[in-house]
Amino acid sequence: MKEIRYIRAITEALREEMARDPRVLVIGEDVAVPGGSFSATRGLLEEFGPKRVKDTPISESAIVGLALGAATQGLRPIVEIMFMDFVTVCMDQIVNQVAKARYMFGGQYRLPLVIRTPCGGGLNAGPQHSQSLEAWFAHVPGLKVVMPATPYDVKGLLKSAIRDDNPILFVENKALYGLKGNIPEEEFLVPIGKAEVKREGRDVTVVATSRMVHEALQAAESLSKEGVEAEVIDLRTITPLDRETIFRSVGKTTRLVIAHEAVKDFGVGAEISAMVAEEMIDCLDGPILRIGAPYAPIPFNPESLYLPNREDVIQAVRRVLAY
Amino acid sequence: MQEKNERGLWLELLRLMIKIRRVEERLLEVFAQGKVPGFIHVGIGQEAVPAGIGSILRPDDFVLTTHRGHGHAIAKGLDLKRFMAEIFGRVDGYCRGRAGSMHMASAEWGVVGSNGVVGGGIPTALGTAFASQFQGTDQVTVCFFGDGATNEGTFHESLNLAALWNLPILFCCENNGWAEFTPLPVHTKLQRLSVRADSYGMPGITIDGNDVLKVREEAGRAVDRARRGEGPTLLECLTHRWFGHFAGDAQKYRDPREIEEVRKFDPILRFQKFLFGRKALTEGDIEKMEAQIRMEIDEAVAFAEKSPVPGKESIGQEVYV
Repeated sequence: MKEIRYIRAITEALREEMARDPRVLVIGEDVAVPGGSFSATRGLLEEFGPKRVKDTPISESAIVGLALGAATQGLRPIVEIMFMDFVTVCMDQIVNQVAKARYMFGGQYRLPLVIRTPCGGGLNAGPQHSQSLEAWFAHVPGLKVVMPATPYDVKGLLKSAIRDDNPILFVENKALYGLKGNIPEEEFLVPIGKAEVKREGRDVTVVATSRMVHEALQAAESLSKEGVEAEVIDLRTITPLDRETIFRSVGKTTRLVIAHEAVKDFGVGAEISAMVAEEMIDCLDGPILRIGAPYAPIPFNPESLYLPNREDVIQAVRRVLAY
Repeated sequence: MQEKNERGLWLELLRLMIKIRRVEERLLEVFAQGKVPGFIHVGIGQEAVPAGIGSILRPDDFVLTTHRGHGHAIAKGLDLKRFMAEIFGRVDGYCRGRAGSMHMASAEWGVVGSNGVVGGGIPTALGTAFASQFQGTDQVTVCFFGDGATNEGTFHESLNLAALWNLPILFCCENNGWAEFTPLPVHTKLQRLSVRADSYGMPGITIDGNDVLKVREEAGRAVDRARRGEGPTLLECLTHRWFGHFAGDAQKYRDPREIEEVRKFDPILRFQKFLFGRKALTEGDIEKMEAQIRMEIDEAVAFAEKSPVPGKESIGQEVYV
């Protein structure tokens, strides 16, 4: 095992997959010479050359469309969109073109392309650089949406994403880029579409994504001192959603809290809540509670009053247990 | 020998234009009979562009096209039976009936898609061209779009990137003077759209898009340049849309005299006249050609009508690999 930061785990995944498969290439704004806005692609240009690591103009639609066309011809492009907020400027390419091309064309093409993009607050980056928009894309069949929370998962999932023949929106979290964690020295993969029980517990299930996984784990530690054992599930992949892991856990704990950083209303939490209500209402011993950001854009300051945190998780767990 | 070859090419160009025209006329017919689900957009009057360009492409070249893309797909070589079955929404269509007229693609023929979004397919052309460049092949991508699409951001982003990376693309703007229901002077200040090429650092040229030989010649030059690794070109082909934006469009936004007027620019009659003048064509040749095309279309329609409608089980298939 070795200790590594989340951002460097991404770099390792990119480097290993580029070394493994000459069809893999990295395209985006500032990814080559500058090594990426958050340094995820640092060193790749030097190692793999300008043919496979390409700086582009600030033209998100062109970049994503280029990746689509290249993927139809057997290349495996990895695109970086600097902030998740900027996916809005290439929505047609992602939603109408990339997500549809396989299905609409009757399965004629495989589309091995990855769009990496960082979501989330924590940097006081303001309303246009801090959003978590994963629910939008989870709503579009044809895309897979992956959202890792730890250095181990980000590396293993990115490697799997690059090897996957479907288009993948790979949602990193810029507040986690500096997070340290242990990963094996040797190669490993994390399967797409599998949630992970990050902490076992009997009293309540907390399903969390991205940064909120860490908040939920810390909340669970606090709750443990009160004699409450929370089971924390890291969703890791939004779509395809790992329903079984959620059902199994809720079947055991009979209580469910869902925590994400995205705006609570109409989010991933709503989908999971509806799904559990539809399938296992009889098993529940309390209301399903969702934690998310308030229904407002994220302010430049003070961010801390806006972003959901461990205290919100603790309050929700207490509420559902008191029911 | 040289002359004989030339005549062969001329007749092939004529045959292709007539075939595209007759296919689209039949499509209007079957659409009016309610046999085709959804809506269709025909490019009747614009046949010289797909025929001229299609005639210079290789089977392994790529084409990106638009909602008005029947001609481009036929000229690229698509089998008329499977083409027709797709428009009828049947399982034997190129896309198993999921695409219809507006989103048809054929991996086999390098038609990486018609597109339901104006300007939506232009960035994809960057990718097929990039793949050719990356893999060191000399394949060329032709990206068709209309005058309306040149005001989409994708047009500008894509031309800039294509020129910057020297990608092997022919950007072909079919300027028929109409962006859906809006005429050119209402949507663009410029009269010649090819001048935009200059601002991206690529050659731009405007030609009479109803002159099939001219289209073939200029597109040929651009395609050769792209094949040699000398980068993209913007070719503006001035042409005319005889019908409405979509089949059934009453065109109340259009002066009836203009609708009449544009028929004078018929690229097929014009080319026939040219061939008669060269004594390269007889009425008999035309009759033979028409009869053969009619038979081919009859067969394609019969094939499409016999092909099954996709079953419910197909709905969720191929969303993912």
